Amino acid sequence: MNEQSVLRVSNVTKTYSFRTPLLERLATKGTKSTALTALDGINLELRKGEILALVGESGSGKSTLAKILVGSIAASSGEITHNGSAMPAHRTKDLTRSIQMVFQDPYSSLNPRISVGSMLAELLLLHKIVPRREVRQESIRLLNRVGMDEDALDAYPSQFSGGQRQRIAIARALAVRPDVLIADEPVSALDVSVQATILDLFASLRDELGLTILFVAHNLAVVQHLSQRVAVMYLGRIVEVAETAELFANPRHPYTRALIASIPRMTAGSVSTELILSGEPPSPFEIPNGCRFHPRCPFATIACTENDPALLPLARRGGDADLPYHASACLLADALPQSTSSPARTGASAHPSQSHGNSQEAL
Amino acid sequence: MSSPTFLLVGFQARRRAKARSRSLKPWYRNTPLVAGMIVVGLLILLAIFAPLIAPYDPIAQDLGATLQGPSAAHWLGTDKFGRDVLSRLIWGAQVDLRVGFLAVLIPFVFGSILGAFAGYFGGWFDAIVMRIVDVFFAFPFLVMVIVLVFILGSGETSIYLAIAAVSWVSYVKIVRGEVISAKEQDYVVGARLGGMSNARVLFRHIGPNVFSQAIIYAMSDIVMNIMGIVTLGYLGLGIAPPTAEWGSMILEGQEFITTHWLQATVPGLMVVITSLGVSWLGDGLSDLLSPERRK
Repeated sequence: MNEQSVLRVSNVTKTYSFRTPLLERLATKGTKSTALTALDGINLELRKGEILALVGESGSGKSTLAKILVGSIAASSGEITHNGSAMPAHRTKDLTRSIQMVFQDPYSSLNPRISVGSMLAELLLLHKIVPRREVRQESIRLLNRVGMDEDALDAYPSQFSGGQRQRIAIARALAVRPDVLIADEPVSALDVSVQATILDLFASLRDELGLTILFVAHNLAVVQHLSQRVAVMYLGRIVEVAETAELFANPRHPYTRALIASIPRMTAGSVSTELILSGEPPSPFEIPNGCRFHPRCPFATIACTENDPALLPLARRGGDADLPYHASACLLADALPQSTSSPARTGASAHPSQSHGNSQEAL
Repeated sequence: MSSPTFLLVGFQARRRAKARSRSLKPWYRNTPLVAGMIVVGLLILLAIFAPLIAPYDPIAQDLGATLQGPSAAHWLGTDKFGRDVLSRLIWGAQVDLRVGFLAVLIPFVFGSILGAFAGYFGGWFDAIVMRIVDVFFAFPFLVMVIVLVFILGSGETSIYLAIAAVSWVSYVKIVRGEVISAKEQDYVVGARLGGMSNARVLFRHIGPNVFSQAIIYAMSDIVMNIMGIVTLGYLGLGIAPPTAEWGSMILEGQEFITTHWLQATVPGLMVVITSLGVSWLGDGLSDLLSPERRK
């Protein structure tokens, strides 16, 4: 792959197994344990200095992937490569330092009993980032970096609003000078007006510090103007990866289309109703046969109920080498109707009744 | 960023977010805390300065003046041996408070640390500790204390040991539960991502957030201990007579309850006042020590 790759995820899988209680097993003649596949063969690459957005519904496994990347849970199989070398199962202090995380809920991610100043000082001293006499100066620099004032040093987390807390949480992550920042839905717990300022901060961290950021979100709208590339997850798999502009202009997976269609728009009547997804994603205990998206897919065919599509690069149309990298895990990726903002009714209405019938039979 | 959304709110972002100074209630506005401090403080002063305050020697008998009612010489009268009830009450505070407070220390420290390790590390260590705790929990507090004092023999040291041996399990349970729930909090995951050692995460980051619960429980435990020693005294297993102690005063006063009711009720009242004061203190402390719970 790219030599610029900072973090590479190769074939990472995470399964949880639950033991069925003995009595239940005897009563139902069930199996000894049930397994839940949270992540199923994830391949992903994080390039130096980019913001890669990881988007998907709740339960798609994006937070699990984020936790595996920072090492707070272990993958069941697969490998994570950091700057060319494989991450060991037990990370050293320095490897832990190099990948930091910003959490979703700024109310639980800061210790209520430790002042902002002593929280930063502890990290700076522990990792010997700066000599003791420069700790205060460095802490102030970090706070300024995230748009906070010096007087935050002596304050406790309870004295700040959600947005301010998230800034402090970002300062904590930056304090140890990581080269990758994993942001796990860092704005979804914040007010809409505050969200944009925090997104702006992430953009400036990339532009000014050259930080590599994996930005997890459940909403494509949030990342549209922030990320360089987007990876879309569905039920533990990555179903589409492309550069942001390319993904929005030319989505090649029906799920991505549905996500784009669900972004609220200012213009009336532009919502494409046939791409609104119905129902919940299937249970990760019972992943559908064939393409895991087929029960909810308006384009599904019989082939979709039988073949599990892999994430493959799209055919380079017309031999144009400048076309951006774009991969999709859809059997119909190249055959999907073109536009989404004005979806081709023909494409959508030609199949639905038939394909829905099929998927029902398959289930 | 040059998209319209970002331009729109860009100036907001540049405006420096300023720390809001929310006025927190100062400790002296915390009514139960202040009330508890006054009551417990006065009792402690009474106990410390018992030799100066008490008008008579608490064990000096005056067989010529037994079972007297309240008078100018003996404000609360005298008991069946002619000892001054007020002086015995004041000296009794010394014994009862000392046992109440000191007997909390060992179980508090030992139980909290054990509970913290069990909750943090889990696994087989946790399993073993919790099974032992279950065994101790299966017996009622007082029954267990009485049995142990009976085995160890009466006296202050065996009371300390008996209470410590029984009450440490509560601290294990409380701290373990708090540590288990704190362990999942993002601030703990964040501290671990900061490359901190287990000891540092446990004692600096989790500890202050969970030990307050143990301190609050310790306050009610003091009440339990005072009740315990008074009960032991009442059953004749406590501090050996003639030492002044509220429990044995109630026991001795009981036979004259119809004629000299003050002798049994006044020490009982002292137990109630002490318990109330310590409970108030615990209430106030729980408010003071849990800022995030106050919202």
